[in-house]
Amino acid sequence: MTTTAPTTTGVPRARSRRRVKPTLALGLVLLVPFVLAALAPRLLAPYSPTDFDYSAILQAPSAKHPFGTDNFGRDVLSRVIHGTRVDMQIAVFTTLFPFVFGSLLGALTGFVGRWADAVVGRVADLVVVFPFLVLVIAIVAVLGPGLTNMYIAVSAVGWVAYWRLVRGEVVAHKQTEYAQAARVLGFSPTRVLLRHILPNAITPAIVYLMTDMSLGILLGASLGYLGLGAQPPTPEWGVMVADGKNFMVTAWWISGFPGLALTLAGVTFSLIGDGLADALRPRS
Amino acid sequence: MRATYVLKRLLQIIPTFIAVMVIVFLLVRLLPGDPASAILGDRATPEIIERTKRELGLDRPIPVQFLLFAERLLHGDLGESSSLKVPVLRLVAERLPVTLFLTVYAAVLGVILAVPLAVLAAVRRNTWVDSLIRGIFQVGLSLPVFYVALQFLTLLGAKLAWFPIGGYGEGLGGHLYHLFLPALTLGFNLAAILLRTLRSAILEVLTAEYVEFARSKGLKSAVVMSRHVLRNAMISTVTLLGLNVGALIGGAVITESVFAIPGVGRLMIDAIFGRDYPVIQGLTLVFAVLVSLVFLVTDLVHARLDPRVEHA
Repeated sequence: MTTTAPTTTGVPRARSRRRVKPTLALGLVLLVPFVLAALAPRLLAPYSPTDFDYSAILQAPSAKHPFGTDNFGRDVLSRVIHGTRVDMQIAVFTTLFPFVFGSLLGALTGFVGRWADAVVGRVADLVVVFPFLVLVIAIVAVLGPGLTNMYIAVSAVGWVAYWRLVRGEVVAHKQTEYAQAARVLGFSPTRVLLRHILPNAITPAIVYLMTDMSLGILLGASLGYLGLGAQPPTPEWGVMVADGKNFMVTAWWISGFPGLALTLAGVTFSLIGDGLADALRPRS
Repeated sequence: MRATYVLKRLLQIIPTFIAVMVIVFLLVRLLPGDPASAILGDRATPEIIERTKRELGLDRPIPVQFLLFAERLLHGDLGESSSLKVPVLRLVAERLPVTLFLTVYAAVLGVILAVPLAVLAAVRRNTWVDSLIRGIFQVGLSLPVFYVALQFLTLLGAKLAWFPIGGYGEGLGGHLYHLFLPALTLGFNLAAILLRTLRSAILEVLTAEYVEFARSKGLKSAVVMSRHVLRNAMISTVTLLGLNVGALIGGAVITESVFAIPGVGRLMIDAIFGRDYPVIQGLTLVFAVLVSLVFLVTDLVHARLDPRVEHA
């Protein structure tokens, strides 16, 4: 198959001070409550996320329990707040390694070229033949369910996108005048790559990182829902939706609010991604 | 389309298949402990484990093991399910048609949703119609498939009772009726993926010179739309569908679990909880082969629609 990474070749420009795009601003505003909840769930949550309260089972949203309670009497709002930390951790850990490893590998093979580039290219082609979710599920199945193994599985598969993006950029930037000038000045290849080319070539990967974080949350929640990701009683949004699936008709709030949190988190990251893409795109 | 292009593309698939076999072979070797006890499950006695090891050639060096594995595969032997005690190939043959039906159905619904809306968004670009369509699908991209599936199931299945809440049904009509909600779930997800790229592809065509020319020579806008714009939109759709077949299959795994549909996706999840490694291994292989075949077909269709591809 042929996948062409979008390239943004061109002379790196001095970044002028410009107004922040509305999508980026909205995304950043929406991000604030998620960051707060992830940093200090204990301060914000009114109840424990895991303590059972059999005197308050399946209660509809009220002043006492704004998001209602589940079939064990656990406060859904508190679980959603504590779940933020787990799902934000998923967003970071499913993307950090693929971003770092994929980008460095892309920079290296794009810069060196030749056989290294060809070998990694073949491996990358191969990874994309497997449906992403199927390969991740298969690896998790072999290693055993749980968050750590999920991170390993996603890392084994997810680096390819970053490799493609950065490699394409580095190949394009290698030919530019500023890169050649740096070489003519006698800088070492390592320095030319890391100090001159990479800072310019990394932009699309950073933009993609944001989109990938929203995909990471969706993936983590999907695996949680299927029972392969976070394990109960961990308050993870996907796990919570699964917990409430038998009460969809009688107690919609058990899975309704975690589902809403998931969607909102996804929208937030993709707004930031879109906004960054707009803000960082070189003007032609 | 030249025969040499088709042949070249067919030959390219062979190394892919070999590599897929290597990966699937190595996958089960990641298991802690030895594959024989994993394949047999918890109840196996040491004697049976020893015998199975010999039968599967697990006492031989790894490269020899791989050749044995490849040889069995080429004879259509995917091993035997450790929990259901039937050949994996038979399970796949029984269940794959269900999943194929679901994914094709979903792709059709997705295209029916995405193409007209993408055209509308492009024609009315930068108006509130455009913003509304893009906004809805932007949120759609962030909606987890399992969550949408549960909502459809609750609202249209359980509460309104317009559709059955699971199963596969009998006959073509039964399949179409039973799989409507799952296919709609997947189709909506696919439409969200397609819409953005499709909209910009159509925008590009709308501003292209040959469309300007077609308009200026007095062709009706409906004719310009169908002959020029939609034809090009179709090329983009085919390419996008091909690229996203992996996402569609991944979505099918989740949807089948939510709607209790007896396809290979549900089989995969059941196999994981039953620690049925031959089934996991076999299905991973089948999915990869399926995706690479779709990539092949996409490339061929693309070449047929767009003559420039062959020469690229």
